[in-house]
Amino acid sequence: MELITMSPRRKITDGAVRTGVVISVLLAILPLGWLLWTLVSRGIEPILDPEWWMESERKGGAANAIVGTLVQTGLAAVVAVPLGVLVGIYLVEYGSARSTLTRVTTFMVDVLAGVPSIVAALFVYAVWRTTLDLPRSGLVVALALVLLMVPLVVRATEEMLKIVPQDLREAAYALGVPKWKTILRVVLPTAMSGIITGIMLAIARVMGESAPILILVGATSGMNWNPFQGDQQSLPLMMIQEYNKGPSGYDEVWGAALTLVIAVAIVYVIARLLAQFTGPKIEGR
Amino acid sequence: MSEAGQANRPVPPSGRPGAKELSSSGVARTGDRVMRTLATGSGLIVSTVIGLIALFLLIQAIPSLLKNQENFFTFEGSWVVSGDELHFGIPQQFYATVLVSVIALIIAMPVALGIAMFVTEYAPKRLKKPVAYVVDLLAAVPSIVYGLWGILVLGPAMVGINQWLVDNAGFLPFFSKPQNAANMSTGGTMLTAGIVLAIMILPVITAVTREVFAQTPRGHREAALALGASQWEVVRFAVLPFGFSGYISGAMLGLGRALGETMALLLIISTAGPINFNLLESGQTFATVIANNAAEFDDPLKTGAFISAGLVLFALTFIVNAAARAVIARKA
Repeated sequence: MELITMSPRRKITDGAVRTGVVISVLLAILPLGWLLWTLVSRGIEPILDPEWWMESERKGGAANAIVGTLVQTGLAAVVAVPLGVLVGIYLVEYGSARSTLTRVTTFMVDVLAGVPSIVAALFVYAVWRTTLDLPRSGLVVALALVLLMVPLVVRATEEMLKIVPQDLREAAYALGVPKWKTILRVVLPTAMSGIITGIMLAIARVMGESAPILILVGATSGMNWNPFQGDQQSLPLMMIQEYNKGPSGYDEVWGAALTLVIAVAIVYVIARLLAQFTGPKIEGR
Repeated sequence: MSEAGQANRPVPPSGRPGAKELSSSGVARTGDRVMRTLATGSGLIVSTVIGLIALFLLIQAIPSLLKNQENFFTFEGSWVVSGDELHFGIPQQFYATVLVSVIALIIAMPVALGIAMFVTEYAPKRLKKPVAYVVDLLAAVPSIVYGLWGILVLGPAMVGINQWLVDNAGFLPFFSKPQNAANMSTGGTMLTAGIVLAIMILPVITAVTREVFAQTPRGHREAALALGASQWEVVRFAVLPFGFSGYISGAMLGLGRALGETMALLLIISTAGPINFNLLESGQTFATVIANNAAEFDDPLKTGAFISAGLVLFALTFIVNAAARAVIARKA
């Protein structure tokens, strides 16, 4: 039952806005669907071949690129995750809003979060290649990825630690538990599921980063497990290379793109699962 | 260290009445010192590294800028970056960067607003989460995949539209016949690039807007409803006034992302174009000009020229992001 009768004009405006809102949702879903359909329809053929996963590019596969992507991302995570989590702990547990270092750190993390990936790559280039004159390698890419990953991890940790109730900490202190142990045994576990989700999302983010790869490492069609020496392929790099070959390489390009998206999707799924298993159990489950 | 010592002593209650933080655990141990040092050290490291970014880029850019024979901010010719006499300038890159970002914003802003309104106001309960999730998924796709899709799928699909625009709207400066005829057959235009960028920044804008809209005080909303407002009027008089600044700052965060985007644009537009308003031209942004020439970074002077372009990009994104943060901070 409608209590108030609306003038036709108001009714029309209301209806028009409602339509507009629904259209905008469709406008977002359309490209996503189109993109996914293209990816699957064009990329499925190469990746269904077991050779794609087992052999290096020299033998018609993409295993070298997959390995490179995983090694570089993994290396970046090994550095960025502890660093980012510690900075988050510093900001929430040790820093006070008044101290200069806290404010500077918050500001700097904000700045870093806004740095375009190509600028981060240029910085690593300026330090590693121009100043230290060291060779290109997978490690150098990982260093650039660290720069891109740290702010994401810091943000996630900070947000999660902030919502851990103060009472929990105080209860631990009241029992005489030292602060560091309180953080490690009480605060971190409580926030763990959120932090892990944040970390996984950060990993997924940097996995597809392609700007640093252009500057900091050379391509190779052979297998190279060692990020510290020599050229190392990765999926984005493989895509660029095959794309530059022209239409003959498009099958590989779409195959590599689909592989990359699948890899990102797997990380996302792991993030969700971990969040479910490590989350605080509520409602007596 | 004196601060650490103080923190470990219990604060007398009379000292700071009502102080909420309980900053001490009462017991000082080695573990405490290790943990504090680690955490504080990490904060210091990160801050230092970011300071170093600006410093290093500046140090590397200065020699090239000094050798530059042209005015860095006005020289429009093609770059000469080898030898002792350098000629380079950024107006073309600046123009292309800003133009594609503006196209992206013009497309993405209304759509993001609509999605945020849908998720917070209009959607039936069981649709809210899936729609929000789908939009977030857009952010998970790597930018190189967007670029590939843009040049191999969207670009060709745009060819007919581009032709139609030239034939029927060619009198407008935006849609006149491009100087580079290849643009018409590949669809690798500023317009295509702008559309792809819009899709890429949509999740950022939507996420921020959604969050602020959801925080609209219940009272405002109910007051509007009590006066007999239609759903649109609730949005217009309660949600929008409250959440508008959040929407703007979300858009600026999206703009910051668009300015620095590299790979997608490198694949879609990568040949230098003229400075005019034509959306069907090609162009090189700061990021793509750096990435395009990365293979030839063999000489510090040459590298420095591109680093100076990177520095301008750094400054540009910094200003935009700082503005976005300022808007958020004023609201909070």
